[in-house]
Amino acid sequence: MAERLIKDYSSPGRKGYSLPPLDVPDLELEEYVGNKYSRDELNFPEVSEVDVVRHYTALSELNYGVDSGIYPLGSCTMKYNPKRNEDIARLNKLSQIHPYQKEEDVQGSLEILYKLKDDLAEISGMDEMTLQPASGAHGEFTGLLIIKKYFEDKGIEKSKVIVPDSAHGTNPASAVMAGFDVVEIDSNEHGMIDIEKLKEAVDDDVAALMLTNPNTLGIFEKDISEIADIIHEAGGLLYYDGANLNAVMGYARPGDMDFDVLHLNLHKTFSTPHGGGGPGSGTVGVKEFLKPYLPRPVLSKKEDCYTWDYDSPKSIGKLHAFYGNYGVLIRAYSYIKTLGSEGLKKTTENAVLNANYMKNKLKEEFVLPFEENNLHEFVLSGVKQKEKGASTLNIAKRLLDYGQYAPTIYFPLVVKEAMMIEPTETENLDTLNKFIETLKTISKEIEENPEVVKNAPHNTSVRKLDEVKAAREPDLRW
Amino acid sequence: MDYVSNTNKERNLMLKEIGVEAVEEIFSSIPEKVRLDRELDVSGGMSELELKNHINELAEKNYSLDEYTSFLGAGAYDHYIPSIIDHLISRQEYYTAYTPYQAELSQGTLQAIYEYQSMIAELTGMDIANASLLDGGSAAAEAVLMAARVSRKNKVLLSSGLHPAYREVTKTYGSPKDLDFVEIGLEDSTTDLDELESQLDDEVAAIVVQYPNFYGSIEDLERIQEMKDKYKKALLIVVANPITLGTLTPPSEFGADIVAGEGQSLGNTVNYGGPYLGYLACKGDRKFMRQIPGRIAGATEDAEGNRGYVLTLQTREQHIRRAKATSNICTNEALNSTISTIYMATMGKQGLKEVADQSFKKAHYLADKINELDNFEVVNFDNFFHEFWLKSKKPINKLIAHLKQNKILGGINLSRFGEEKGLLLSVTEKRTKAEIDELVELMGEM
Repeated sequence: MAERLIKDYSSPGRKGYSLPPLDVPDLELEEYVGNKYSRDELNFPEVSEVDVVRHYTALSELNYGVDSGIYPLGSCTMKYNPKRNEDIARLNKLSQIHPYQKEEDVQGSLEILYKLKDDLAEISGMDEMTLQPASGAHGEFTGLLIIKKYFEDKGIEKSKVIVPDSAHGTNPASAVMAGFDVVEIDSNEHGMIDIEKLKEAVDDDVAALMLTNPNTLGIFEKDISEIADIIHEAGGLLYYDGANLNAVMGYARPGDMDFDVLHLNLHKTFSTPHGGGGPGSGTVGVKEFLKPYLPRPVLSKKEDCYTWDYDSPKSIGKLHAFYGNYGVLIRAYSYIKTLGSEGLKKTTENAVLNANYMKNKLKEEFVLPFEENNLHEFVLSGVKQKEKGASTLNIAKRLLDYGQYAPTIYFPLVVKEAMMIEPTETENLDTLNKFIETLKTISKEIEENPEVVKNAPHNTSVRKLDEVKAAREPDLRW
Repeated sequence: MDYVSNTNKERNLMLKEIGVEAVEEIFSSIPEKVRLDRELDVSGGMSELELKNHINELAEKNYSLDEYTSFLGAGAYDHYIPSIIDHLISRQEYYTAYTPYQAELSQGTLQAIYEYQSMIAELTGMDIANASLLDGGSAAAEAVLMAARVSRKNKVLLSSGLHPAYREVTKTYGSPKDLDFVEIGLEDSTTDLDELESQLDDEVAAIVVQYPNFYGSIEDLERIQEMKDKYKKALLIVVANPITLGTLTPPSEFGADIVAGEGQSLGNTVNYGGPYLGYLACKGDRKFMRQIPGRIAGATEDAEGNRGYVLTLQTREQHIRRAKATSNICTNEALNSTISTIYMATMGKQGLKEVADQSFKKAHYLADKINELDNFEVVNFDNFFHEFWLKSKKPINKLIAHLKQNKILGGINLSRFGEEKGLLLSVTEKRTKAEIDELVELMGEM
């Protein structure tokens, strides 16, 4: 059932807050700032505390989270968000601190950040990290600015960034924001970088190749060393999109694959909650030679004291007003300390095992466009079902009817009717089997009664929503 | 400890199903050359109890606002946060959900965004708002990039009254573009309007001012609007602290084209600078709607004509437009915007006004008292809201240390920003008369 808007709970004079009475002399704002700057009216809801609690509880009931069940969004790594991390991030001693307190006041927090930075560098095989970027795309932008600044500093002009056609949309968008032209190259018939096409695309104007490895099909780029050589020999740098790090932790490190710059999505691999779309954290790692270009300030340790170092003349500057999404960083640290090296490796192992089990169970029912070994995620195509009258979008909506979230759909763009499935390690055999059975059931429904799938969802709080109407007649506020 | 629940028996069953002997076989697609031939050197493996002890030990090294009375502000404010907020956003349906791509199973998040957009638009007086950006600094930066796209001009006039960190972030974002940043100095504590006027010309994409500005002063937006209006293309970007708009005239009344900034003060803890949320609101004509960055929720109908919400106008965004997107932003600060939504709803029409009002009055009480002291002078005594700039005849660091010994965090030394000298003090409704009196007494001892 639909829930009305909070403003519709409003009743003139109703209050949902209380403050202590003013204990200093009264003062008229209007006398002080004049009529001009004194606000006449603020048309906000007037609601009680109970109204607010009921309303936002009702809204939450229209949502689905990882605690509700499987959330197999490919490339999003929707793993369980441990509760202990939430408690830790809320400790007063950690959360009630102001960003402009002196460093000596916040040594505990700085020590956590420093240790996190070191752990992330070890896990990814990089020499130094910045924790400032607040999301994956923010990290990409940061990393590409570092690359740009490096070449400028060396007096070398380079204008192009290469991205494969299977890349996340943020890759080309970030490259353009960082002032580069984007060259997109097609994947080969195995879903990997086409070495010949890469060679054709590479010249001395190429600043970087952005690569996700394993790529968005879940396939490890086996020619990674050759790819790195091609880019490096042409004087370019290699950028690693860390969205899929959950596939290789403890088994391989981007740094060892000769990547020069990377970002890690802590809200994916390191279990921090997505919050309905954020906050995230896109920490960036670099090799030694790129350290001077990292964003300001750099967290450093002098003797036993942790400090923010603003003295970096070659830095690209600041990307965030303060130090990044600190609360997210605390959760990631808590996660890493829970798992340790053994737990991290086991995590990867089980993420990969779960994905391969599902692929194996589903590859007959749906079309598997690439036979290659996949790691933590895989892509199916719904072309067979489409021929019978129901699209991948319909299948996704029908999954909602069965109380499960849908995979990422129509991505990567290289696969028709794509369903990109990433179960993560925190799902068990039962939830995997349930999802597999549901997909098979839906496929059967398409044969027997396609209309029920085409008109899905039926059981959600609203039926299929009209996106065209939303875009044509924008209704963006009350 | 880990979060894998499959047993060895189950794992063996799965391996058999896949047709491999051991899980290592699946990893054979990683060439040996790049495979890690050792274990990671990462400590851990802690039980929950060990973890909590470990973290508590580190946390003990912090001085938190729980034990210290804070007069710190400069973009991060210690306002009272009602208990219900954390209870509500701790509902897993909010915090463990993903971006609402499957709208039918994400109506809670989508409607919360719609309500957020509605209240931010109301507060700023603008037509529309987006679903959030990464923080105040990046919101200012995105506003500038947007203004350059809308105006097709490239000169950006940045007031020195804009937070120094926001200016730096804006310049970082603008560096790859062909933008010409000009910083306009201060006269007393507000933007030097003569200098601003002299820099205005037909190439100007945007004037960026903060309201109240970094030093707490209220800029003369009326005069700035008059100046701007002589140039057809130039946009006015106002970076505002949303709490103060509880009692201050919304920037829309002074011709603002884009209002952006930091939403932390609306119910978010200070949290050492993040996660916070950037907000961005603007005029509603098509050319703005086409250029606004970030996600937007909109109302629509379902197949049976019932009202529902979706992410909309997505052809601006990276997952559709890739290289031609208005911004690369994907993940935003959704949970923080939900916090702010619940805060705005809870405080409501009267509460937001009262928070702003009490902060204003308490800050003025403090400034009045300080001005009676011999060694201190409030630079912007005649014009500030709830934050002010203090000059001291005594060394600032000594003053800060003296206050800290007495459990007071007595302001931010402006020397850290390298532009002006003095101390920046901020007062919220949380501070009591007794705390303020104690601060003044301690300052008098200097």
